[in-house]
This record gives sequence, structure tokens and C-alpha cells, in this order.
Amino acid sequence: MQADLEFLSEQALLVRLGESISMPVNARVHQLADRLRSASLPALEDLVPAYASLLVRFDAGALQSAGATIESMARAVASLIENDEASCASNLAPSRQHRIPVCYEADCAPDLQAVAAVTGLDIEEVVRRHHAPEYRVAMLGFAPGFAYLLGLDPVLAVPRRDDPRTCVPAGSVAIGGEQTGIYPTALPGGWQLIGRTPLRMFDPSDPRHPCRLLPGDRVRFFPVDKTRMVHMQDGQGT
Amino acid sequence: MIEIIEPGLQSSLQDVGRPGLAHLGIGRSGAADLPAWRLANALVGNDAGTCALEITLQGPRIRLHADLTLALTGAPLPMARRNGEAMPMWRPVRCTTGDIITLGAVSEGCRSYLSVEGGFDITPCLGSTSTDLNAGLGPLSGRALQPGDRLPTGRTRRSLKINRSWSLDPRPWFQSPSENAPLRLMPARHTRDLRASDRMRLAEEVFHVSSRSNRTGVRLESDHPLQLAHRCECISEGVVAGVMQLPANGQPIVLGCEHPVTGGYPRIAQLAAADLPRLAQCRPGQSLRFVWTELDDARRALAVQQRSLDDLCMRIAARLD
Repeated sequence: MQADLEFLSEQALLVRLGESISMPVNARVHQLADRLRSASLPALEDLVPAYASLLVRFDAGALQSAGATIESMARAVASLIENDEASCASNLAPSRQHRIPVCYEADCAPDLQAVAAVTGLDIEEVVRRHHAPEYRVAMLGFAPGFAYLLGLDPVLAVPRRDDPRTCVPAGSVAIGGEQTGIYPTALPGGWQLIGRTPLRMFDPSDPRHPCRLLPGDRVRFFPVDKTRMVHMQDGQGT
Repeated sequence: MIEIIEPGLQSSLQDVGRPGLAHLGIGRSGAADLPAWRLANALVGNDAGTCALEITLQGPRIRLHADLTLALTGAPLPMARRNGEAMPMWRPVRCTTGDIITLGAVSEGCRSYLSVEGGFDITPCLGSTSTDLNAGLGPLSGRALQPGDRLPTGRTRRSLKINRSWSLDPRPWFQSPSENAPLRLMPARHTRDLRASDRMRLAEEVFHVSSRSNRTGVRLESDHPLQLAHRCECISEGVVAGVMQLPANGQPIVLGCEHPVTGGYPRIAQLAAADLPRLAQCRPGQSLRFVWTELDDARRALAVQQRSLDDLCMRIAARLD
């Protein structure tokens, strides 16, 4: 695995596995995150996967008590990366799969018409192409539980809105550039809203599983009508 | 219980924050000036992780509904009053039911901490009682204090021995910005992409702290925007507190305790972690200078700071026993 290792601070490393947004590079990021998580590194506090990089952050005090430094942790991480190359991707943990119901009807999808116009497709075709592929959660960011999904049909890549909304409803399914995602809570946002899911994506009252989607998870959307969406209880559809 | 009569400019409950959840898009948040927060708790005999009130620029007015020992640390509050009498900082202060505590304005720096013996009796959200104002997580649905808020206080465990005659020396835990000691920067990924003249200027120029600064980050302003020698295409990656980003307008932002978990701007420097508390004390309008340092020196400074904080907390605990 080709990796560029950077000292981000006294207690954080950034491992960069590529310079582009792509499924294979991102898959390697999640693979490395799994590997480091199971390596029980001392004082490890955060592992933050992004499109092409993995942030590895340690607790400074715990590092000191463990007699370790960020340099010694960098050496440990580098050797794990090398070993990973040797063992290849043979024992990859299977990623979790979700099926997410989406209502693509007009009052849940205020920008669907605009997306159809920009892409030159009719609305049915936009919807069909949006729920056709299997997506991968590249990373979470922007807000708690906001998952950036890779795998959007390139034809559906449309620019963000010129006038971002001050409040996007929770559950809104949206396209922003080459990505799609779901607003987990009511948030300001500039992505094009093309549907809505009844599922709860973020629940801060559940300390064990606050987020439905985790980095590396696989996601498929399936269309539901408004009536079904309204009646769907949280917890179904995965 | 304490009752908030006036909330001040932006007062929020804070502890050490929510480390370990950044991969879920959940930031750490927590007290901006961690040593000042920790000392406030130590001074009233609380455990290191206890929730305290973080005060920004203008403090609240509070009514006590119990006999409580309080302590104030961080930025100076020269107008702090207990029932109209001056209230000292950096030491435990015994107060009684019905007392009105008026903290007034912060005279220099930005953030002060008010701890309450026994802490606040607050249900943790995702393992922490800190407030994430951006994400709306934590006590009071993740918002700052409002008039009429009633905060239940925790149980006090033992009687503190409080001798009248002592208080902590605020230095080095609060340094007056007028002393203007530069904050230490380490090179980061895009430091070498700055124009050579700008790389020098970062350590020579006087920057001003923008009024748009907050817990998310300190925005800097200078007469000469910084520029990269060439355009850098960045894709979002994980960031940490102290990252100095350079947006297209050339005015750097140093990320604070409530920073987003990822960022896509060029990173032109990294603030030494030992200087994060001083970053938290940057007040809009004040000037600020930087100096380059190396990872090794920054780490040593952090280790020294942590050790002297640990020592001081132990000495405070011994005094209160």
C-alpha cells in the first residue's frame, strides 16, 4: 500500500493513500482504519477516515504515560501499513449494508425538477439512476452523522445551489457535485434535494449507535411513495 | 441549583469534550481553555472531568439556590461581585443560598471559567456534558445559557478546607495578551507552498483577531493577504485543533475546540498544542504574532505544561484536604 505519512501535530498523524476521490482509494482507507483499530495502539483516541486519507490522533497525556512519542507511533503505523501490503486485502472485515427507503415525490424533492433540467433527463430517469447503484460511505463530516456517499452516476453530478438553504429538513436526500448524501438533522445546506427518507440517521440519545451509517458501509436506496414513507417507522429498511 | 438571571454574551457548560467520535462527524468540543477549566474544578475539589461554565467576554448574573463553593479562573473578571462585594479569582469562594453572583465583563483575554463544588448534575450526551453549539449537542439541547435557566448542581462529597489567605498565581495559566508573546507555529503540509515572502511574513506580521472568531476557529486579518505560490487542489481530510487554514481570501483561520472534523483548505501551519489555551483567549480586535518552532520543541512545551498542571492540581487537592 503506497502511503504518505505526515505529522499533523504533537499527537496526530495523517496517512494519505491517494490524491483523488475514488472508490478503490477510499476502500483502502477503511481497510487501514480496520487494521489500526485492531492493532490496539496505545493512547489511540480518534481514527478519522476521509476520501483518501486517515487521521490517526492520540491522547497526548496517555502517549507520555505509555512512554511513547508521535514519532514512535508513526513508526508503528508505518510498519502496520507495510505488513498490510504483505497480507493484502485477504482478511477484510465485511462491510455493513443498508437499504434506505427514499420518497422521491415532489414535496419531498424540491430540487428534483432542477436536477432533471440540468442533466437533460426526465424526473423518472433521475430517480432510477439515483437508486440504481450501490454506494459506499466514504466519510462522515460536516455535521454529526452526515455521510458522504461515493458511487453517484456521473450523469447526476450537478453543482450545489447558488442560494444555500438556511434549513434543510432532516432526512433530505441530496446531490452535491459528484456526491450524494442524507442530511441527518435539520441543517443549513446547499446540496440539491431530490428526496427524503423517513429513517432516523442520527440519534444522540443512543450513545452506542448514534449514527445509522458508518464509514465504509454500503448503501442502497429504494423508492417508496409518500403514504408509505409517512407510515414507515424508524428502524425499518436496513 | 443555580439560576441564570442574565446569561452573559455566550456562556455554556463544558467539560473535556467528546474525543473518539470524529469518524462519526461528531467533534470534540469541550472547554476552549482546558488548563483554566481544569484548575477551576481543582479549586473546588472536583474531579478532573467535571462540567463547568465557560464564559465569553461578558459574564452572567447568577442566583444561588444552595450553599456552594465556587471558583473563577481564566480571563480576568475585575468586576466580579458576590452580593456587591468583590469576588476574587483563582481560589475557592464559599457562597450561600440566595447569593447573587455578577461576573461582569472580561477585561482582557476572552474566556473565563466558573466551577461549582460538586459540578452540575447533567445527563451526559454521547459521553460528555459539554455543549457543542454548532451541532446542538449536549446540555440545554446544545445551546448557550438563557435567562431563567436553572442548572442543578451535583452532590458535594466532602467538606473542603478553605484557608482565607491563598490564591493561585494566574501566570502562566493566563497571560495578558498585552505581553504579546508570539504563538508557536509548526510547518504543515502547505507551508512550503506559500510564497517565500509570505512564509516569512507569517512570523513577522502582526495579525488582528476578527470579530467573526468563535469556538470553531480564530479568524485572522492582516493588511496583506497570504498567498500560495501555486494553486493547491485539496480534498477534504481529517483536521485537528490548531490547524491554520488558508481560504481563498488569504486571511488565515486557526481551528479551535469546536472545529469541524474534516477540512479542505490548504494547511499552512499547525499551532503548537501548548498554545491552544492562549488561542482560546484571543479576543476580537486584539493583535497577534506568531513564531516558527519545531515538532520536538512543541512536544516538550506540551509535556512541561501538562506536568506542571498535574503538579499544581495535586498541590491544590492537598490544600483542600
